[in-house]
Amino acid sequence: MLRFIAGRILTMLLTALCLTFVVFFLTNLGPNLEKVAKSEIGVRISDAEVESWLARNGYAQPVLVRYGEWLGVLPGWTGEAADGTPTGRCVAQDQSLEEADRFCGILQGDWGYSTVFRAPVSEIIARSLALTGKLMFWVMAVMVPGALLLGVLAGMREGSRLDRSLSTFAITTTATPEYVSGVVFIAVFASTAVGLRWFNGSATSAMEDITFVNFTLPVMTIALYGMGYIARMTRASMAEVMTAQYIRTARLKGVRFRDIVLRHALRNALIAPFTVIMLQFPWLLNGVVIVETLFNYKGFGWTLVQAAGNNDIELLLGVSVVSVFVVLVTQLISDIGYVYLNPRIRIS
Amino acid sequence: MDALTWTGSLGTVLNPLLWVSVALLLLAVAGQVLASLLPAPQMRPRPDGTLVATTGLRGLADTAGRFALLALLAVLLAYIVAGALMPYGSAGIVGAVARRFAPVWISLALVFALSIHFRRRLGLFGRLFDSTIGMIGFGLVLFWVFTALYFTAFGWIATHDPLSQLSGMKNVLPGEPVAMAPEGAWPHYLLGGDNLARDVFSRMVAGSAIVVLIAPLATLFAFMVGITLGLPAAYFGGRLDQILSFLANLVLAFPVILLFYLLVTPEIVQTGIPSFMAMVLFVFPILFLAVLLDSRYRTDRRKRWPILAVTLAVTGWLYLSLVSQPGTPVNFLHPDVDLFNIPGGILIVFVSVVFVNSPTVFRIGRGLALDLATRDYVAAAQTRGERPWYIMLWEMLPNARGPLIVDFCLRIGYTTILLGTLGFFGLGLPPESPDWGTTINDGRRFLSIYPHAAIVPALALLSLVLGLNLLADGLREESLKD
Repeated sequence: MLRFIAGRILTMLLTALCLTFVVFFLTNLGPNLEKVAKSEIGVRISDAEVESWLARNGYAQPVLVRYGEWLGVLPGWTGEAADGTPTGRCVAQDQSLEEADRFCGILQGDWGYSTVFRAPVSEIIARSLALTGKLMFWVMAVMVPGALLLGVLAGMREGSRLDRSLSTFAITTTATPEYVSGVVFIAVFASTAVGLRWFNGSATSAMEDITFVNFTLPVMTIALYGMGYIARMTRASMAEVMTAQYIRTARLKGVRFRDIVLRHALRNALIAPFTVIMLQFPWLLNGVVIVETLFNYKGFGWTLVQAAGNNDIELLLGVSVVSVFVVLVTQLISDIGYVYLNPRIRIS
Repeated sequence: MDALTWTGSLGTVLNPLLWVSVALLLLAVAGQVLASLLPAPQMRPRPDGTLVATTGLRGLADTAGRFALLALLAVLLAYIVAGALMPYGSAGIVGAVARRFAPVWISLALVFALSIHFRRRLGLFGRLFDSTIGMIGFGLVLFWVFTALYFTAFGWIATHDPLSQLSGMKNVLPGEPVAMAPEGAWPHYLLGGDNLARDVFSRMVAGSAIVVLIAPLATLFAFMVGITLGLPAAYFGGRLDQILSFLANLVLAFPVILLFYLLVTPEIVQTGIPSFMAMVLFVFPILFLAVLLDSRYRTDRRKRWPILAVTLAVTGWLYLSLVSQPGTPVNFLHPDVDLFNIPGGILIVFVSVVFVNSPTVFRIGRGLALDLATRDYVAAAQTRGERPWYIMLWEMLPNARGPLIVDFCLRIGYTTILLGTLGFFGLGLPPESPDWGTTINDGRRFLSIYPHAAIVPALALLSLVLGLNLLADGLREESLKD
């Protein structure tokens, strides 16, 4: 088991390294850097001025070297500014070369500086993650119990009317992406023109104070899309368990149907949904980006859109690292959890 | 011209009927669900030794549900038929829209009548008409396919030009008459105007053409990429499998939106990375076709080379014309030889959607092939001395068709959602493009005041994706009965 986990963690680190390099490469392509230079010193500058600005600010080195510096495994670049003062990746203002650290990458906790928000990247990400964490907590609190209940009710009597109605409902929710359900919800429940005006169409006020009125719509929008998928997986798993030999034995013994479902079937039927719920995280991230944009909730997804839309390279890199990390860790948990929960799989 | 009401004079008769049938259907469904929680009806022995079972509450609820559904369908049909037959304006917006869709209704009726009549001879497709869910899904999908077809081929159905702005029509409500209508223009904005004074109804129809064209094609390409890589990964295993699986997992671990934001920005397009990705990804369909035909005709000396040459020539030319685009770094074909160019942004959107979908298809294909590779017929083919590619493409692939077809339907729906996501964030497609994602994005700014501009494309997208999912569900159910 230990070897299995170690192998998984190694693969995960390798994947993380590859992915962060891809993101680094794509965000640091020539046209992006040119845009940065122009936004720093003015739009109407010549190509030669762009070149020299890039060279002075350490952008002229090979991509791999700069990736190493950003990661914190290579020493940061040093140079001289136009007036002769020493500059460098790790050199703050009014600091000499000797005082500055040699390494300053994300491994050292130096995530860079956001050009859009004029604040350190780590600060912005911490703040937005806290906001998104609240959103995700409520989404999970609504989605997981709801989906499991739907799936177990549908799967315990496969082919029954209840199963058909619930399955159709689950299919409908999986066919409704967040930007459709969000738009419909706002129009029905929050519109000033025709709607019921039960809830708020914007979740901006929820950033300070979460209430039922301002947080219901964003949470429901994300939860609904994921719910159908998890419910279908639970249903399939439950239906499979219900055809197993030991269930038949229990029925023949005369165990009550309710006890069969709750005591014998449920525990075995929940192994597959566990992995599915864990693997839902990349999709939930999608939903978070859409919903936070739609409801104007300034969390992690909203930050991603702002960083990408405004060519804020360091912030975008930070956001990518966090999201890739979340995805990979949940995959790891799902792999290990599956092996741990399923008594039929033994790794020696 | 007066403004149109929703149902006009039709509503006085049909609206109450509609509400009654909807209420009945909901009651019946609730009754069915409650009845299914009760114990099954008891069997009673009769004096002659036979058993008799009463249908009980459950049977009653089933019958009620069936009749309520039929009643609802009849009312909806009445709206469409009456709307199409009554003079313009007297049947309201519903009638006018129903009339605009008349070619689609006729085609749908023809396809359904023919398919149901010949369903016993049509294999899996014919058996689809045994399941209500599958039929509803097929109907929804076909509706949008015909809409897209008639709009692109003949310019039917849409009432205005999807891009033209008429003065005074900004954010107007559905059914508003066109102020100062130019000569020969349609007199109303049937589903209202958007915030740039364009006709929402026509934009929805024009958007269907983009979605219905790109989504299935992109899915098909993703399938060819995924299958061409997934089958050998499973069949040969070993190092090849490890490398390919690692790469697939790499792409899958990428949050989709981040990938889109990295791939579809103007700066990245300028460097030509999407064009180079297109060059790589579009090779796979050619490879797939060539290997497919070559492995089949390998032993037939007379046919092998001509078939291969023709295939490579035709697909190669298509490939070069597709990849070479003026205005991008990949532009090498002379305009006279270049067969077609794909308008702004669509190629990039296409490539990124194929790229996102292929790893999942790879996983599915690999999983299916791992299972099929242990079958006896594969061992028999190996003993016969067949080549690996023949076994993969002509022995294993046809036996994986059931799950692959079902997944294909689901995946078109998912691709439609991805296209909508791209449009929703304003990525790739030009901002005036009528595709549904972009229109939802346009409309959402005024959502709480003028919801119609965003709701119409949102519901259109929902109905298409729902149709595809229901169709996949019906196909799965019917193919399991084999």
